[in-house]
Amino acid sequence: MRGESVVVVGAGQAGCQVAVSLREQGHRGPITLIGDEKAPPYQRPPLTKAYLAGETDLAGLVLRQDSYYDDHGVKLIKGERVIGVDRQARVAVLGCARTVRYDHLVFATGARPRPLPIPGAEHVLNLRSVADADAIKERLEGQIGLDVVVIGGGFIGLEFAAVVRKLRHEVTVVEAQPQVMQRAVSAATAEQLVNRHRSEGVQILTGTGVAAVKEGLVELTDGTVLVADLVVAGIGVIPNTEIAQRAGLAVDNGIVVDAHLRTVDPRIHALGDCARFASTHAGGLIRLESVQNATDQGTTVAAAILGSAEPYTALPWFWSDQYDVKLQTAGLTNGHDRTVTVGDPAEGKFSVFCFKRGRLIGIEAYNRPIDFLMGRRILENGNALTPEIVAQPGFDLRASQQKAA
Amino acid sequence: MPKITYVAHDGVETVVDVAQDDTVMRGAVLNGIKGIVAQCGGGASCGTCHVYIDPENTKPLSQMHQVEDELLYFTACERRENSRLSCQIPVTEEQDGLVVHMPEKQL
Repeated sequence: MRGESVVVVGAGQAGCQVAVSLREQGHRGPITLIGDEKAPPYQRPPLTKAYLAGETDLAGLVLRQDSYYDDHGVKLIKGERVIGVDRQARVAVLGCARTVRYDHLVFATGARPRPLPIPGAEHVLNLRSVADADAIKERLEGQIGLDVVVIGGGFIGLEFAAVVRKLRHEVTVVEAQPQVMQRAVSAATAEQLVNRHRSEGVQILTGTGVAAVKEGLVELTDGTVLVADLVVAGIGVIPNTEIAQRAGLAVDNGIVVDAHLRTVDPRIHALGDCARFASTHAGGLIRLESVQNATDQGTTVAAAILGSAEPYTALPWFWSDQYDVKLQTAGLTNGHDRTVTVGDPAEGKFSVFCFKRGRLIGIEAYNRPIDFLMGRRILENGNALTPEIVAQPGFDLRASQQKAA
Repeated sequence: MPKITYVAHDGVETVVDVAQDDTVMRGAVLNGIKGIVAQCGGGASCGTCHVYIDPENTKPLSQMHQVEDELLYFTACERRENSRLSCQIPVTEEQDGLVVHMPEKQL
């Protein structure tokens, strides 16, 4: 049997994982992996870290060697955009008017930087792709002491700020919300991150929007004017859902899929940054932008195409490297109503246990990898931790679980 | 290029050329060797690139840092004296000929 044909639209971490997992799980049919970037599939996280710092190059980012795709019968089409999907004819239409027939189609189209809705946005660079990172590197190359303004204090903005500071530039981060990384971490963790950035000499302004960007200047909503040789924005992303929408699939801040990552069309799945899925951990539809989500969903989609009925239930987790801080989050801490901090923030090693209605929903481990790994385990398997238990003096997560077991 | 030998749990050996300054983990992943998962891509965050260094090994290896040491308590297969996270072992000419054994599972 020749096996069914799978077309994966998007060759980022999620799309690549689907192709790899299909082969690992024994799929025999043709696989076509289509990406609109010129580079072969690569990891994005190092773009704000080692790549920008010049510690690695594109060869150090690629997910698989070039020969892997040929050797494993994965047809990789680079630098081509899929512009439409005809569900009746079961074909994907490429920008060059070529069509590729499918038995299963996978949307792994990712997301694009949210544009800044202000005058002068054309002076602002983004950091999402290797091409974006190269453009930024070119502007910083061979110089020190440039004034760099970062719009947005999320994962991307703060990681970028840390690296640019290490490259000896003057950095100001402007965050419109009262707290940095508001969407991602608790106030306790955000505070320590801000302290750390300030101690490195990075200026962080919160609760301030950007009114306009001009050549060499950034005007804030409070009237402040910042000098800027380079302005980079990281204010979130917009999922790439247009093709799915035109194909008549449900779209609502992401391509809507069920717990099996399937759209209403049983031949079409969606995953990664572009997909809004039914999450057991969130208790509703969510869209996640993370490596864990992309890779774990890739494995699930591959299995689903091969006939598995297993839903996607993986526990979400995230990490961020800033200076020598390794922040690792197990679970979804968003929506917590109580936190308990274990360890000593002043020493730069602590964990924030996040509870919602008395139930542990996530742990933010700040240079405490054991709490992160232990946390993943207990959040996956269920636990009886309460804020009162965690708040006891000398509480130790690993010891508490050994006792429980 | 330095050659690294990956021995799967069932004993199958694969020899791979690993570029200078890549890691033992990257050498496996880039070439699609099953048995090393590396969920986090080398960030020392997940403990899914666990290997056992060949007991006969004489090649010098990078020192183990605290994070790696702690992660090794959480690997899917038992930690042994020769356990390492392969993402924390950079490859140079000095490691040419290194043999690593992959555990039964990583997840």
